[in-house]
Amino acid sequence: MDYIPHTDRDRRRMMDAIGVKSIDELFADIPEQVKFKRRLEIPEGMSELEVYNLLYGLSKKNANLNDVVCFLGAGAYDHYVPATVDHVTSRSELYTAYTPYQPEISQAVLQIIYEYQTAICELTGMDVANASHYDGATATAEAGIISCMHTGRKKIAVSAGVHPEYRATLKAYAHGYGADVVEVPCAGGVTDAKNLAAAAAGAACVIVQNPNFLGCIEDVVAAEKAAHAEGALYAVVVDPISLGVLKPPGEYGADMAVGEGQALGNPISFGGPYLGIFAVKEALVRRIPGRVIGMTTDNRGQRGFVMTLQTREQHIRREKATSNICSNEALCAVAALVYMSTMGKQGIKEVGELCLDKAHYAAARLEATGKYPLAFKAPFFKEFAVRCPVDPEKIVSELCKDGILAGYPLGRAYPELKDCLLMAVTEKRTREQIDRLVARMEGLK
Amino acid sequence: MHPSDRKYSKTHEWVKIEGKEGRVGISHHAQDHLGDIVFVELPEIGKQVKKGEQLCVVESVKAVADCYAPVSGKVVKVNDKLVDKPELLNQDPHGEAWIAVVEVADPGETTDLLDGAAYDKFCEEESGH
Repeated sequence: MDYIPHTDRDRRRMMDAIGVKSIDELFADIPEQVKFKRRLEIPEGMSELEVYNLLYGLSKKNANLNDVVCFLGAGAYDHYVPATVDHVTSRSELYTAYTPYQPEISQAVLQIIYEYQTAICELTGMDVANASHYDGATATAEAGIISCMHTGRKKIAVSAGVHPEYRATLKAYAHGYGADVVEVPCAGGVTDAKNLAAAAAGAACVIVQNPNFLGCIEDVVAAEKAAHAEGALYAVVVDPISLGVLKPPGEYGADMAVGEGQALGNPISFGGPYLGIFAVKEALVRRIPGRVIGMTTDNRGQRGFVMTLQTREQHIRREKATSNICSNEALCAVAALVYMSTMGKQGIKEVGELCLDKAHYAAARLEATGKYPLAFKAPFFKEFAVRCPVDPEKIVSELCKDGILAGYPLGRAYPELKDCLLMAVTEKRTREQIDRLVARMEGLK
Repeated sequence: MHPSDRKYSKTHEWVKIEGKEGRVGISHHAQDHLGDIVFVELPEIGKQVKKGEQLCVVESVKAVADCYAPVSGKVVKVNDKLVDKPELLNQDPHGEAWIAVVEVADPGETTDLLDGAAYDKFCEEESGH
């Protein structure tokens, strides 16, 4: 099939209209020596079947989570996605919907986002959530920026236990805003309390992650006190699945809860698209970046959903908008909502408990080998670091040959932890898989 | 008709001089054009403002407007009632819904502001009548 839309006759007529006799004459201004005068070195056309086979062969070069066993987390987690999620998100009226700028014809999309916001508020214990952000990194960065706007201060204190990529994103945002980012080091796998108190002085906000990037559970109550004692806001980066078993940020005084929502019904999918969670307490409602959907009644008293508080958004006041992010991750948010409603309160709790139990089983088995002690004493949820007698990079590459993704070598982000391997155990891992991992690691020299 | 006991800026704020202080608000004409007011971001007490600079932000269901200080000085009082009842600005813009009181730095600054009648005329012209 010929995909070039112009026929020779079309071209002739166009050239006649502008008064040139040939294509060469049309391009006469381009010097001869820079013209490309060979055939393009691309293969001949293929049949559909041939193309399918070629691409399928290429795709087989990637490790697929259906074929390998994943203990790799570090911000993206291999959780089970119930069949309802794909079923609902595959409906064309949802997956083809772009940003709902025509509320009157997108009531269903607006209602879904409203329900998503409600579910996120219930999960995090916060008052208001936005329609979602690009990912956990941008949500974290925005939390830093709105703190600066709210407090009039230009310093952001962030724990080194926050995901390294989130910190990098935060720094990029802060640079543009003219704010300083101060990193608070970790000691024993958790944020160093003394340093945190010092860094909080004069800061717009204190940001910690719980469980943190190293897998450890932070003293979130102490961090809250440190932040608020200095008049700083307090933002917590959460793993939503952990909230099935851990206290939500709203219950220990956080002003903002942000995080990566991929774990809620979205596949790892080689790194995206992901879902940024963004929720705040009522006092910050006019600082929220991005879209917020509200419920109202129309002039006939019927329930309706509308975009609300838009006056803080960029299309109303560009120069004063909290953020110039305008697109949310609508389809990922739909998946998260379907996930949360399918699992229910009890289901999310059970997923959390399974992660907790299996991760602790794996850690205990690894410790029992006598070769892989836990790197930190702090309590952990579904992710933990072990010290390794061999280079963690070698462990990863060796186990990969057996179809096991062993984890994330922490030296990549924390040079001082170069003998540590960060491992995640979700509810999907079986005892057999964990035992196989342990046996394989035990045998490594 | 806008009351004649105060002066108006062309950006639709009013100031009523009371001794050394100036009580500031937005005009009836301004609230009418903004529509239902849903939020007022009040200035902080102690803030120094210059004539023509932003004093506060008023938000209606359809727009957000910066309010500018009609005179320079220090903010000594703000109307906290507006935090919970921003709709007062629609109901009584020249009375109960004053926004802030400013310690006037230079009384001479009010001379180029409009009186009630001149402001009425200005509004009419601006509306294209």
